[in-house]
Amino acid sequence: MGEWREPAWRIRSWLKLMPKPPLPDGLVAVVKRDCPTCALVQPVLRQLREVGRALTVFTQDDPSFPAGLDAVDDTALEVSWHHGIETVPTLLRVERGAEVARAIGWNRRDWEGLTGVSGLGPTLPAHRPGCGALSVEPDQASALELRFSGGKLRSRRVELASLEDEFESLFDRGWTDGLPVVPPTEIRVLRMLGGTARAPDDVVAVAPPDLVPVTVEKVAINAVMAGCKPEYLPVVLAAVEAACTDEFNMHGVLATTMPVGPVIIVNGPIRPALGMNTGINVLGQGSRPGLTIGRALQLVIRNVGGGRPGGVDRATHGGPGKLSFCFAEDEEGSPWESLSVARGVAAGMNCVTLFAGEGTRCIVDQRSRTPESLVSSFALNLRALHHPKLIGFDAVLVVGPDHARVFRDAGWNRARVLEEIHARLQIPGAEMVRGAGGIEEGMPGHFGSQTLPKFRSDGLLLVHAGGSAGLFSEIIGGWQSGPGGSEPTTREIRR
Amino acid sequence: MTILLDPTSERSVAGRTLVARPASLRGRAVGLLDISKPRGNVFLDRIAERLVAEGATPLRFAKPTYTKPAPVDLRQEIASKCAVLIEALAD
Repeated sequence: MGEWREPAWRIRSWLKLMPKPPLPDGLVAVVKRDCPTCALVQPVLRQLREVGRALTVFTQDDPSFPAGLDAVDDTALEVSWHHGIETVPTLLRVERGAEVARAIGWNRRDWEGLTGVSGLGPTLPAHRPGCGALSVEPDQASALELRFSGGKLRSRRVELASLEDEFESLFDRGWTDGLPVVPPTEIRVLRMLGGTARAPDDVVAVAPPDLVPVTVEKVAINAVMAGCKPEYLPVVLAAVEAACTDEFNMHGVLATTMPVGPVIIVNGPIRPALGMNTGINVLGQGSRPGLTIGRALQLVIRNVGGGRPGGVDRATHGGPGKLSFCFAEDEEGSPWESLSVARGVAAGMNCVTLFAGEGTRCIVDQRSRTPESLVSSFALNLRALHHPKLIGFDAVLVVGPDHARVFRDAGWNRARVLEEIHARLQIPGAEMVRGAGGIEEGMPGHFGSQTLPKFRSDGLLLVHAGGSAGLFSEIIGGWQSGPGGSEPTTREIRR
Repeated sequence: MTILLDPTSERSVAGRTLVARPASLRGRAVGLLDISKPRGNVFLDRIAERLVAEGATPLRFAKPTYTKPAPVDLRQEIASKCAVLIEALAD
């Protein structure tokens, strides 16, 4: 056996624990030889020393430069990276360990103001821009970020052999949903974590079905795999938080034989900020934020929670929504206040509403020009949800802009539309009971003398979204509603 | 060489072995857990009759809803009172 050596990743993780290097008090200059402006200011730096200023010079590329100034070697770029040096030369004034002033490039007036020394570099031009610092060069930046801040990542490192295909190896480990995932390298996860102010080891929720505490870092890893950008991460975190509540009951949504999954509806100014689609093909393909946010939530449940098809997931058919189902409301074009405002959230606040839903079903009505006719169409279609003779399920009704216009023109607000739909869905029990219509399925016989509401009073969620052409709306059918099943669940999105 | 971060919980779910099967149910407390799916009670009523005939003592339990795991307190109560448990899964 050979001599025992620590694995390379462990040595690197020790290095990553290095604290931010302090700066000496006085003046600090950061330079590199390969910069004409740095070469230009050498006499100025000497001048500062000569007049007795405490000056420390860090050099990025050649410790012998500038000659005669005892430059400190920063070829590892540790000082430069930690102190955000983007241009050389950069001159800092440091008091009691803290930077209090910064001059970038050579500018006589700035340098004189910063140092308190007049007549600096009298033969030099008044101003000369600096050069890019090595610490921000594109081919260095990622490696440096990993080297100096990767230590905050706690997850197990998985080394792939050089002959392993990284995409295939992720399939082999069972970490994908059936589509390829983006390999969660340390640098990608670090960048993803830049999307939130929360600490990587913050526990977001307890994920079913294994009831595992899921940290911000684990969510970030799965968000990378799903294809998210860092700015999407707060939405994913809010969705994970909402899904893993007793109210939403992600365990049941996962385990049920019905084809439902968590549908994420996004409201608030974050929608345009992320570039979320609210228009043409809003529930379809082609827009990255919705598709990847929905996928990230499902990957968290799969990989951290341990919920997999054939395991705790017992869906008879499943549905495409179990892969990813997230969309944003078109608030700007809506005749009504947004879904989140209707649910009691302050206007202008970013939030997600999770709904345990199946796939979509289109309501075609190209003739109704009165609101009465249109809500009657909606009601007739909604009655068939899951079975025309069964109740106990919620639904989301995604009203398309062409349909919404009918209500706007008639002055029907959100409450009026819902009230009129509910009024049309009070169904005689005699039509619903088992055996009625020659169909064995239905409500138990004792409901025969009652009138049954298809939906509970808050069991219909109206959302305005879709392309501007097409007299269509969409039904997203729900699962068992209420405390014994799943409640629609709204959570604020916090950075 | 590529280094990836593990996306899983990094925990393996604890495996538990089943207790030994009793030779006879006579004189034993047998829990009957209704998960609250329709007609689970019909099935368990019949099982209870047969258990009594065999000299066992059936004890009835029910989950508040079949959509969620049994509450910890209920699981604890069943474990402390019963030698055997029969669960009615579905309609």
